[in-house]
Amino acid sequence: MRPSLTLLGTDLVRRILAEARDLLDTIGLDIHNPAVQDMLLAEGARVDPSTARVRLGAALLDRALASAPRTFRLHDALGRETHHFGSGTVSFTPGSAAINVLDGETGAIRAPLTADYVRYAKVVGGLRHIASQSTAFIPADVPSAVSDSYRLFLSLLYGEKPIVTGAFTIEAFEVMRDLLVIVRGSEAALRERPLAVFSCCPTAPLKWSDVTSQNVVDCARSGIPVEFISMPLAGFMSPVTIVGSLVQQTAETLSGLVISQVASPGAPILWGGSPAIFDIRYETTPMGAVETMMIDCAFTEIGHSLGLPTQAYMGLSDAKALDAQAGLESGLGVVLAALSGVDNVSGPGMLDFESCYSLEKLVVDHEICGMAQRLIRGIEPRDDFPARPLFEELIREKHLLIAKHTRRHLRDEIAFPGPVIDRANQARWADEGRLTLGARARREVERLVAAWEPPRLGDDVKAQLDRRMASAARRAGMDALPKRDA
Amino acid sequence: MSILSDIAASLQRGEDDEVASLVRQALDDGQDAVAILHGGLIAGMGVVGEQFREREIFLPDVLLAARAMYAGLALLKPLLAKDGVPTAGTVVIGSVRGDLHDIGKNLVGIMLAGAGFDVVDLGSDVAPERFVDAACDHGASVIGLSALLTTTMPVMKDVVELVRARGLQDRIKIIVGGAAVSDAWARQIGADAYGYDAASAVERVRALARTPA
Ligand code: B12
Repeated sequence: MRPSLTLLGTDLVRRILAEARDLLDTIGLDIHNPAVQDMLLAEGARVDPSTARVRLGAALLDRALASAPRTFRLHDALGRETHHFGSGTVSFTPGSAAINVLDGETGAIRAPLTADYVRYAKVVGGLRHIASQSTAFIPADVPSAVSDSYRLFLSLLYGEKPIVTGAFTIEAFEVMRDLLVIVRGSEAALRERPLAVFSCCPTAPLKWSDVTSQNVVDCARSGIPVEFISMPLAGFMSPVTIVGSLVQQTAETLSGLVISQVASPGAPILWGGSPAIFDIRYETTPMGAVETMMIDCAFTEIGHSLGLPTQAYMGLSDAKALDAQAGLESGLGVVLAALSGVDNVSGPGMLDFESCYSLEKLVVDHEICGMAQRLIRGIEPRDDFPARPLFEELIREKHLLIAKHTRRHLRDEIAFPGPVIDRANQARWADEGRLTLGARARREVERLVAAWEPPRLGDDVKAQLDRRMASAARRAGMDALPKRDA
Repeated sequence: MSILSDIAASLQRGEDDEVASLVRQALDDGQDAVAILHGGLIAGMGVVGEQFREREIFLPDVLLAARAMYAGLALLKPLLAKDGVPTAGTVVIGSVRGDLHDIGKNLVGIMLAGAGFDVVDLGSDVAPERFVDAACDHGASVIGLSALLTTTMPVMKDVVELVRARGLQDRIKIIVGGAAVSDAWARQIGADAYGYDAASAVERVRALARTPA
């Protein structure tokens, strides 16, 4: 049986959905993009004359819910299927868009450079429990106007896995879409085999900015999947109660779904978000808080009740170093996400309220993801009944190390982590250098960087990517892109 | 206990109705408005500010206290001479062009208002010229800039340079904040200060506003 977590139950899910729909129908949305607003009005949304807010009625919502796909697939740079969202699998992707990196060598938190990003792309390529890349942090050695598209460029040059990303401006989207189209060969091919998911954020409460609503529309029209990243901050920008925050997140996400489906019916979406509580003591948005994770899990339950594939920011920590807090918050998040059946979990590698990235943490989290994958495969009988023959063999042979039953089921039953998780006895551990978790993680990062092999994209494709990126950089005032090693 | 210390105590508890009725009572008793202002409201707010700086109380406590203070101040204002209403100075604040994150900036603005500053909040996605124009129009001595995106940090530098280009650097000080920026960044772009949360923002803006022009 596959284990699963239920926090709400059907009754509460129904009530939350009903309240969210009521908010959209009565209070409505604050939309800061006239074109998006007009597009919605043309499809039956109404403007409240006294507040200028846009109300979405039941008919429009139901139409959008009906056209949103229940499943969709992602494909890697070579066109091979990697994800089938909505089929019940749980996939992991690194946390995205950090401002800083935690330097594995010095322990300093500092601005990321191109070289850091290249190392990251090489590491993520070698992690088998991490099914996609994400544009994990923003290199600071290119003009800021292109720093969001530049990380996508580097991910495409150095990795084959599909990518979870996002644009910071309306203009950046164009460059990013061009890069994806170059890899696929045509817009139609990209639509047929999506290579990236874009994160688009509503603003709490019930608001869509010019940039992010335009991103939703642009993605939908290009067939690029979107994940909606609603961020209620409980007790601050949303009700302090978990149920109240869920009502808000549901309303905001439904509104994103309507924008995307009106722009292009059938456009692929992930029901998701990055909710958090607000810690009034520090004025921060803790991703490692258990209540934050409860909102995430419950929100996944609501998405699944609608039959939609889901996304959540879980497996992150607010620690500033690769310490016990980092492990416990990420471990808790990854396990709860897996038990909730989140289709795409964004988080591994992330520290400091989504603002600091650590390659060493990524390889630790990767092993946590492997354990969580094992957990949700659950427990099932495998040649276990009747029990007597195996026990007769055990008593006769005095062990089962080489029994047929063991050989047949060992790999399915036991997922050996490593090399970061330490399971050596104390003496061997001492003999092998008394390496701490941090040291083992650093060593694993180095091993993965060294083992990296260049993606099998054609040289002509790589050259086209380079030309497109260089032209965007030139327009932003940079003559040549930073030097990269192979 | 005197009625003034009652007002201060009630303000610290964030009881706005109670503060208003105590202020009314003090006025009925014939107390001087200026004395009520200083001995009650400002004294109470001073304690709250101190406790917040010492991290003994948190943001919502300060917001409640500020609301209580305004409840009392509303009754005193008509009785105070025009220049008797104290202000710590004027601050123009906003999130820089391209940046829509405004939660942190809003908190900083609310806390500055609570600390007695006149706050002109320009909102988010604000162009450099608007910051400088607004500072001139409102006679502000401090501009507060917020940025949470790597991509919008450079706009802060544009504001610093615009202030210099207009020769206003002695009159207008610039403080920066937000998840993307740091003390080092503030120094690098020539800003006058950096604040990492609402309490530090208030403390540093106070210091900047005190710097003689
Ligand atoms: C909430 C949030 C949002 C909300 C913002 C809602 C709003 N009205 O502000 C929403 C969902 C809309 C959002 C949108 C986006 N976001 Co956002 N967001 C966050 C998040 C999680 C928390 C920010 C926050 O409110 N914190 C709580 C407040 C209280 O803290 P604060 O802002 O830091 O402010 C405090 C101090 O910094 C200081 N301070 C702040 N301003 C000032 C000013 C002065 C003068 C002083 C002295 C002090 C000061 O005092 C404040 C009080 O303590 C951060 C993560 C993070 N760690 O910051 C990401 C984050 C900043 N966002 C990010 C991104 C990428 C985006 C988007 C581009 C995503 C997208 N693709 O659509 C869009 C932005 C579009 C745009 N052009 O602006 C990235 C930035 C990446 C980067 N390297 O630049 C972050 C780091 C998350 C991540 N890793 O992806 N976001």
